[in-house]
Amino acid sequence: MAATTVAVPPLSSDRPTGQGQRKGPKGELRWGSPGVYVVAVLLILVMLAPVAYVIIGGFRTNAQITTDPSGWPDPWQVGNYVDVLTGNVFWRQVINSAIAAGATTIGVVVLGLMASFAIARYNFLGRGALYSLFAAGLMFPMTVAITPLYILVRTLGLMNDLSGVILPQIGFALPTTIIILVPFLRAIPSELQEAAEIDGCSRLGFFWRMVLPLSMPGVITVGILAFIGSWNSYLLPLFILNDADSFTLPLGVQAFSSEYSVDTAKVLAFTSLAMLPALVFFSLFERRIVGGLTGAVKG
Amino acid sequence: MTSTRASSHPDGSPVDLPVGEGGTPAVSPSPRRRRRRTGWGERLEIAVLTGPALLVFLSFVIFPVLMAAYYGFFSWEGYGPPTDFVGLKNYETILTDPLFHDALRHNAFIVVFSLVLQGPAAVLIALLLNRRMRGQSIIRVLIFVPYVISEVVVGTGWSLILQSTGALNDLLEQIGLGGLARDWISDPDIAIWTLMGIITWKYIGFAVILFLAGLQGIPQELNEAAAIDGASYWQVQRRITLPLLAPTLRIWAFLSIIGALQLFDLVYIIWGQYVASTAGTSTMATYMVSFGRNAGSYGYGNAVAVVLFLISLVVALVYQRFVLRRDTEGAITGGVR
Repeated sequence: MAATTVAVPPLSSDRPTGQGQRKGPKGELRWGSPGVYVVAVLLILVMLAPVAYVIIGGFRTNAQITTDPSGWPDPWQVGNYVDVLTGNVFWRQVINSAIAAGATTIGVVVLGLMASFAIARYNFLGRGALYSLFAAGLMFPMTVAITPLYILVRTLGLMNDLSGVILPQIGFALPTTIIILVPFLRAIPSELQEAAEIDGCSRLGFFWRMVLPLSMPGVITVGILAFIGSWNSYLLPLFILNDADSFTLPLGVQAFSSEYSVDTAKVLAFTSLAMLPALVFFSLFERRIVGGLTGAVKG
Repeated sequence: MTSTRASSHPDGSPVDLPVGEGGTPAVSPSPRRRRRRTGWGERLEIAVLTGPALLVFLSFVIFPVLMAAYYGFFSWEGYGPPTDFVGLKNYETILTDPLFHDALRHNAFIVVFSLVLQGPAAVLIALLLNRRMRGQSIIRVLIFVPYVISEVVVGTGWSLILQSTGALNDLLEQIGLGGLARDWISDPDIAIWTLMGIITWKYIGFAVILFLAGLQGIPQELNEAAAIDGASYWQVQRRITLPLLAPTLRIWAFLSIIGALQLFDLVYIIWGQYVASTAGTSTMATYMVSFGRNAGSYGYGNAVAVVLFLISLVVALVYQRFVLRRDTEGAITGGVR
């Protein structure tokens, strides 16, 4: 903190963090060097330009796009968006995606939390083996198992059924979930458990009253990861859902873009509407995602 | 993924643990441990807690993986039980098929360049964002946006932008760089670089977020102490931050390698199943779907899956053995201390 004795660094942007990150006297953040902001703005431009192109492109007509592919809408057309939003194809796919993602998330969180609790806080024969088994699941990507999975789901009669997507997704999301949750649950001090036991709380009561609230950050992180993973998943629905009525959004986007391949503007509108839910969802939970990852990494 | 028993990290957690593989929980060696209720009640609890997860995991993850290994020995079109046992013939075909060699080469290329392109850039961005600055949180959100968008949306959007009459070429034309315009997607000389560009754009946000999380775990006092000793900003980053970030870097590299080996969605969506091999972007996974399910040869597809899995497994084990070994449980699972 002794900023006064710090050797003067060569560049203004290279200030030692101890100095550069100090808050001003009124607790306000200092602006810091402009170079940092230039880089940050450039970075954001690169990251967002393609997304912006898709969204803005949806406000143009095909004629505008053909004559000037990289231009601005002139005039702005809302027709493409209105068409997509008033048709029932888009909404059906939103609902399918929401059901699949919601059920996957709930399933993963409930099953993962239960298993993690047992692994983290019980001593039993084969506990290490059990953890290793789940952890080994990280080695099995869905890509490898996709064909037998398709055959299994077909045998179970779940083709074109969202549960044919949900169950495998829960299975494949469990390894990450358990690996993130176990350290969270282990980190809860045993003194808490002892105190709860003295107060007459059973182990399962302890689970409900103490573990669940305390592991909420981890739970929310794995929940969000599972939700986004399911919302965006493509390979499994591609194999399982062949009937257009059961399409989730990713399949819908692909079907739409090949069906209307000449109607670029409409494809752009459909595509941007399809990414909207994930973006909204993410911006709502961004703090949790980053915070959860931080927690997981810190242990 | 080997032994993750807590005994391997003594500073791990304050609770339970020592009892190795030793059977009944029994008497714990540590005096501060509470006495346990052993017996059926507890076993029942464990069974109820782990049972459902285990059931779903075994039936929808482990069982299909084992079945893939089994089906791989058959010539089978996917209907009825497989009967035409062909031994290792599928594997022979795979290993001698030049198209598979191409796919494998592309995968190797993607693995290497994912690390080379994303790693250093993501570290720099994370260092930048780790400085306290205005609008920091909004920048973090925005950088993560491509990662959150689905591969299908990314693929559809980029292929519209990059097609030969698309926005990028038009933009280059307008700023007087028309000479740089290319057929980004179908020119075999540059298609794989196009793919790398899209991959970098899509996945760098994940690396940045992971590194930022790792950076926040590094005590500020260390940086301050080094600064007092006269270290410049870059010296601090090089001598203190990077070494302390190493566990996170190693975990990220692991995830990146595995992801690159199994890349499917983006290639399949942008290049489709046939163009990918002529444009030079096919991967093992697109090869598997093209020549397995799409060709109606389920036995063959499964054999490809097995090869893909074995390659990933060997890479993963080698990586675990020689790189991750240093991190007791790895950054994600609670290492960095």
